[in-house]
Amino acid sequence: MVSTRAQTAADPEPDFPWGGAPCPVLVADPAGRVVRCNDAAQALLPGARPGSRLADAVPAWLAAAHQAVCLPGPRTAGEPDAPWSGMIEARRLRAHPSVRQDGAVAWWLVDDTDHHLAREALRTERERTAFLARTSSTLLSSLNLERCMDVTAQLAAESLADAALAIAPARGRRLPVVTCLRGAAPTSALEAVDADEVPGLGEALRGFPPVPSRWIDPAAAPAWLIPEDFGPVGAIVVTPLPGHGVPAGALVLLRKEGGAAFTEEEEVFARLFAARAGAAMSAARLYAEQRAITEVLMRELLPPVLHQITGVDLAGSYRPSSDHERIGGDFYDVHPATAAGEPSLVTLGDVCGKGLEAAVLTGKIRNTLHALLPLADDHQRILTLLNTALLNAHTTRFATLVLASVARHGDAVRVRLTSAGHPSPLIVRADGTVEEADTRGTLVGALPDVRARTTTVTLAPGESCVLYTDGITEAQGGPLGDAFYGEERLKRALAGCAGMPAEGIVEHVQMLASQWLGSRGHDDMAVVAISAPRSPHRDAGHDRTPGGCAA
Amino acid sequence: MSPGTPPRLPDDERLRDLAGRLWDAVAAGDEYTATGTVLRALDDGLDPEHVLLDVIATVQGRVGEQWAANRISVAQEHAATSINERAVAALALHPAARTTPHRGRITVACVDGEWHALPARLVAEVLKLRGWRVDYLGAQVPAPHLISHLHTTKADAVALSSSIATRLPAAHAAITACQAIGVPVLVGGAAFGPDGRYARLLGAQAWATDARTAADRLAAGPLPCPQPDPRQGDDLPHLADQEYTMVVRGKDALVRTVFLALADAFPAMRGYDDTQRERTAEDLAHIVEFLATALYLDDDGLFTGFIAWTAHILRARGVPPQSLPPALALLARELKDFPRAVRILRRGTETLTTDHPTPGTPA
Repeated sequence: MVSTRAQTAADPEPDFPWGGAPCPVLVADPAGRVVRCNDAAQALLPGARPGSRLADAVPAWLAAAHQAVCLPGPRTAGEPDAPWSGMIEARRLRAHPSVRQDGAVAWWLVDDTDHHLAREALRTERERTAFLARTSSTLLSSLNLERCMDVTAQLAAESLADAALAIAPARGRRLPVVTCLRGAAPTSALEAVDADEVPGLGEALRGFPPVPSRWIDPAAAPAWLIPEDFGPVGAIVVTPLPGHGVPAGALVLLRKEGGAAFTEEEEVFARLFAARAGAAMSAARLYAEQRAITEVLMRELLPPVLHQITGVDLAGSYRPSSDHERIGGDFYDVHPATAAGEPSLVTLGDVCGKGLEAAVLTGKIRNTLHALLPLADDHQRILTLLNTALLNAHTTRFATLVLASVARHGDAVRVRLTSAGHPSPLIVRADGTVEEADTRGTLVGALPDVRARTTTVTLAPGESCVLYTDGITEAQGGPLGDAFYGEERLKRALAGCAGMPAEGIVEHVQMLASQWLGSRGHDDMAVVAISAPRSPHRDAGHDRTPGGCAA
Repeated sequence: MSPGTPPRLPDDERLRDLAGRLWDAVAAGDEYTATGTVLRALDDGLDPEHVLLDVIATVQGRVGEQWAANRISVAQEHAATSINERAVAALALHPAARTTPHRGRITVACVDGEWHALPARLVAEVLKLRGWRVDYLGAQVPAPHLISHLHTTKADAVALSSSIATRLPAAHAAITACQAIGVPVLVGGAAFGPDGRYARLLGAQAWATDARTAADRLAAGPLPCPQPDPRQGDDLPHLADQEYTMVVRGKDALVRTVFLALADAFPAMRGYDDTQRERTAEDLAHIVEFLATALYLDDDGLFTGFIAWTAHILRARGVPPQSLPPALALLARELKDFPRAVRILRRGTETLTTDHPTPGTPA
């Protein structure tokens, strides 16, 4: 129906039936002159009169398109559909050519403005979504506050502004600030400044009262807010980073003078970004706080680092049952003698069970033993008192342990050993003989009475006494995966350790047990070695040979 | 290094002499002479980095060679290493080694299951000498420990050490975990191959042959920052066939079956005592571990290199490696449904028949 009406209203010439067509049509000959225009084309391009040069009458992009279509030579299929498009006045048009018999080209100009705007909007939206997705995945991967601040400043400087500052709530009287210029690496600093100097920043950092993004006058901004070498500032906006119940910080965006100002859309976008950065930074802060609490509580439960005490070499090593924990149900401790000539007390034990609950009980036992130190010489008495304490502690757990009172006598080291339900310590002699210490006793924390037999062994220089928990001997694995490491293998391994320093023995035993296990699960494993040093007695820290070093 | 470094030639001689003396002390198990030798060298003004890398590291290299040549036992190797470690500890406390950190912060760790801590310790000490703030986590660091440490410290990079090739899958897990939280990784150690090929394959940001090159690389500028990559897991596409997973999961049963069948295929085994039998089972378990690692990396050379090295070690111990071909054949029979494993085992057998004595690298 439309075509019928168009035809009736059109020029009678049969080769140009589109005179009244709503879409602009312009015909030009191969020489680049306008042949015909319909009404719509005439309205759009007033200069396009029959006979006028195309180059004068239409925008350059259309003239170039015409030239390309008229070029002699083979034409690839699909070329007539090539997307020629450009602006005419404020409208974007797509030009579709159709070549006539005589070589002239009829150009159909289709308004593409809305389509183009929609495409542009889609592209921007896609870029932003991709950016936000990248922001999320980068920020989500870290639980470190400083790294989150680095990432926040860097991403903001990349996509939102010429420079960005990520500011965390004050630590003491200083403000942690990460500054990043576009294309540069972020730099962090602790600024001794007052956040309230910057309008909106104080509230943003306190997280209360809730404030929207705030424009501030670049001239009024304090110097620390403007990065070095930034040049004149065009605009500054302070955006709060919303935390989850805790203030997360603030984001400051800077744009250079003469650059584009922030549009409303960009501000919305900046807030979307800030929401992600704020969530990440507050999570990182919470993690750091929790971690600090754990660290403080754990410090008391971690096995101590052992070294030489009054002429006796000590080494200890601990491997908890779970790779995720650093503590468990095994423990060891050393209480150096308070007076010269007195023995030091070394303890090693195993609380039934593993994991955190067991670790907490090891802490209680270690504290109790510490309190009982004045009785250190009377192993039986210590065990009885410890037993009573554990029975009264409303815990159903019990423990096994070894007490070792260690003192140096001349070159030798004398060790009094008492085992309370624990595997007997092994003595590694200088010739490679491995002896089991002759001490037996009942475990503590289960029965009203504890009984134990104490034994004394003397270590000549180079000899060691090895205390271990059953996590070592009960390590299940081996090449066929079905055998316990066992006491016999441990003794064989220790036979090869004659003369080894305490540290070496402990590491060697842990390594063998670990290799035996492979990647299989295991119980807590602890080893302590008490050694008589091979060289003449020297105090810790002064272990330097007195002259005559073998050349 | 420092402007006051004495001329090169006498210095080299001096270092060789020092290494000789330290070796004597270490071989004799004499901790006090060992630390005394190191401390006196520092008192005499020798550069601590030279003492670490040209004296202690040299001696440690010799310990490894002695063990490979069966001149010392595993326990003796351990004793020697622990004395060397004491020497490093003594050096670290000497005033000449005192520095104020003025660079960034680096975490140094060994891969989970890696017990050879000394190379990592040397890296840590050299980095400290060069002004880095260093967190040294020691031997056998499980990936969860490493990651929680990184969350709390914000290290610029992780230096990860592994000497045993069979730890490479664990190293890969650690590398990707560090990268996932945005920390770049520099790797080093014999496990990554003489040319660092496994470092590249596993996607580490950098690879270093020794402590000195590691320190040089970190000084040269920050390592490229790892970007979050949604395609993670695509770098080893061959893992899709699950051969690695199946071999690792069925390892115990596989070793047991082959161990029992080997007694028929290799009659000499019937005369073995318990220790020898356990040794043989351990060797088998080792072969399966290397096979699994070769499957993980899809690298036949890793397995053939190990087989050649095992044959070499067995000969050095006076054990004829005749049990190796039947063991490989039995493994191939058990794994007949796994084409990659069968291919790798065949390459291993070929290595033994061509038989050129190759003192390889795996440890």
